[in-house]
Amino acid sequence: MGRTLAEKVWDAHVVRRADGEPDLLYIDLHLVHEVTSPQAFEALRLAGRPVRRPDLTLATEDHNVPTVDTLLPIADPVSRAQVEALRKNCAEFGVRLFPMNDPGQGIVHVVGPQLGLSEPGMTIVCGDSHTSTHGAFGALAFGIGTSQVEHVLATQTLPQRRPKTMAVTVQGELPAGVTAKDLILAVIARIGTGGGAGYVIEYRGEAVRALSMEGRMTVCNMSIEAGARAGMIAPDETTFEYLKGRPNAPTGADWDAAVAYWRTLATDSDAVFDHEVVIDAPSLSPYVTWGTNPGQAAPLSSAVPDPAGYVDPAARASVERALAYMDLTPGAPLTDVAVDTVFIGSCTNGRLSDLRDAADVLRGRQVADGLRVLVVPGSMEVKAQAEAEGLDEVFRASGADWRSAGCSMCLGMNPDTLRPGERSASTSNRNFEGRQGPGGRTHLVSPAVAAATAVTGRLTAPADL
Amino acid sequence: MEAFTIHTGRAVPLRRSDVDTDQIIPSEWLKRIERTGFGAGLFSEWRADPSFVLNDPAHAGASILLAGPDFGTGSSREHAVWALQDYGFRAVLSPRFADIFRGNALGNGLLPVVLPADIVEALTAAVEADPATEITVDLEAREVRGAGQIVGFDLDDFTRWRLMEGLDDVGLTLRHEDRITAFEAERAAWLPTTV
Repeated sequence: MGRTLAEKVWDAHVVRRADGEPDLLYIDLHLVHEVTSPQAFEALRLAGRPVRRPDLTLATEDHNVPTVDTLLPIADPVSRAQVEALRKNCAEFGVRLFPMNDPGQGIVHVVGPQLGLSEPGMTIVCGDSHTSTHGAFGALAFGIGTSQVEHVLATQTLPQRRPKTMAVTVQGELPAGVTAKDLILAVIARIGTGGGAGYVIEYRGEAVRALSMEGRMTVCNMSIEAGARAGMIAPDETTFEYLKGRPNAPTGADWDAAVAYWRTLATDSDAVFDHEVVIDAPSLSPYVTWGTNPGQAAPLSSAVPDPAGYVDPAARASVERALAYMDLTPGAPLTDVAVDTVFIGSCTNGRLSDLRDAADVLRGRQVADGLRVLVVPGSMEVKAQAEAEGLDEVFRASGADWRSAGCSMCLGMNPDTLRPGERSASTSNRNFEGRQGPGGRTHLVSPAVAAATAVTGRLTAPADL
Repeated sequence: MEAFTIHTGRAVPLRRSDVDTDQIIPSEWLKRIERTGFGAGLFSEWRADPSFVLNDPAHAGASILLAGPDFGTGSSREHAVWALQDYGFRAVLSPRFADIFRGNALGNGLLPVVLPADIVEALTAAVEADPATEITVDLEAREVRGAGQIVGFDLDDFTRWRLMEGLDDVGLTLRHEDRITAFEAERAAWLPTTV
């Protein structure tokens, strides 16, 4: 029987297999950031162990870093201590680091792909659940905890149980104005926040093949919000085109050998998935979340759901609780929801094409009175590219705030946070209670919807401007 | 890591589904570089509400958490496990766990026990009716007992053995270092490096 993409990549990385035990998988690339690594390095130090493969390890500062006044010391002493701990650990263990203000610095999941380090068929891990992003290249990429970070630093391997496989096939073409973000929000709304638990998702079908690499990264990034540790897309010409010429991509004969291998990775025609979901692309429209988990999403053109419509008492209680937290009225049009803040950025939507989408909407328009709009590029390279195209001028002219690179308001570990009761339209990945600041309320949207919302002050599709 | 064989204790009934790791330990707490002291941050946003179940003195000293489905979704932060352990929890009982949380818990000796939803409901109702109700989580027998229920749960033999012995994965893996070295010798030359 044929194998799926995930199974092929898995099988190619098994160092040791023994009955009843998890497979020991080799890890091709380990990405590190300041938040989930200090306790792992400390454990190595206590055990007297080195980093086995510093040459397969890369660190960047992203979660804590301020996005303004970046040349000053970090004001928050606890954040500063954490960033300094990463610098000390990387120096001591010989790990390459992109510190704040370095042209290579950025969100860990933006940095890997832009360097060409994230390649098809690789295993990639990071102490961050959005590591699923790199699956867009046909890599098996998943988030790990700090004990596993320590394990990979020490051994370059990870014991893992083989996951089940799920195909999410998106048939047909996405309508104009419907983006990768809308697609993945619709997928999560369909299968639920736990629907992917235990699975690796492979995204397939015409609409997925038509996505750019950056759109594919947006889709794979949010696999974890459906409960799947990893999401993958088979590599194709779009993938190869993106990788060719990047700093860490193979060259010359190596490139040819790599591409020949990458072409063998696609799921065999006779392979069987453990579960299959089919989504009809032409039926999709811009999506937005109304609740407090990413599965609580609906078309922007619809209304706030009514808890009375849920038969299951637990589901009804969950919706009631979410609406109370979000301060929304059942039946109200979602386009009536007014926001205080718009955040454009994150590992989900902080790449160049995302900024172009937002700038296209904001060009020649003004941000609504009193609205705070933060535009935070995913990396310093994205920032430089955007500035070379003049996108920063578009944002500034509209009244938006153009910032430096980092995770920023996606999780509010730096000073970019919502105040209690504030409401945002955000291109990030999580609308959990308090995610962007204690008491803050988050609506997840695409960059284009975020930009249109910035213009009107209400949740708005660009087509309605 | 502390070995887990059998544990008996009182429980906290957390009637919520989709409890994400941002709720278990908010990101503000993630700036710390230590591995201890996270108990004070456990569910800190919810604990600000005096009526939150963890603030009920009747449940003080409880060591088992009863939760709705999809416990531990979201971020990979192992701090969520450290916070639960630091607060005093030894096991979490839920119909379904998020994968990363479950792996983190098993790596630290916090037992994530998957039980049918009706059993979790029955235990939750029993604990709500009488907070003094004791529940036993028996890893050796792979069984949960309490409130008139005796229910088996699944956990593979290897993981069970590792938890009962209190062994951490790094030491186990390094016994196979020769295999890792052999694998490395066969890796394709074109694979990227970060240097």
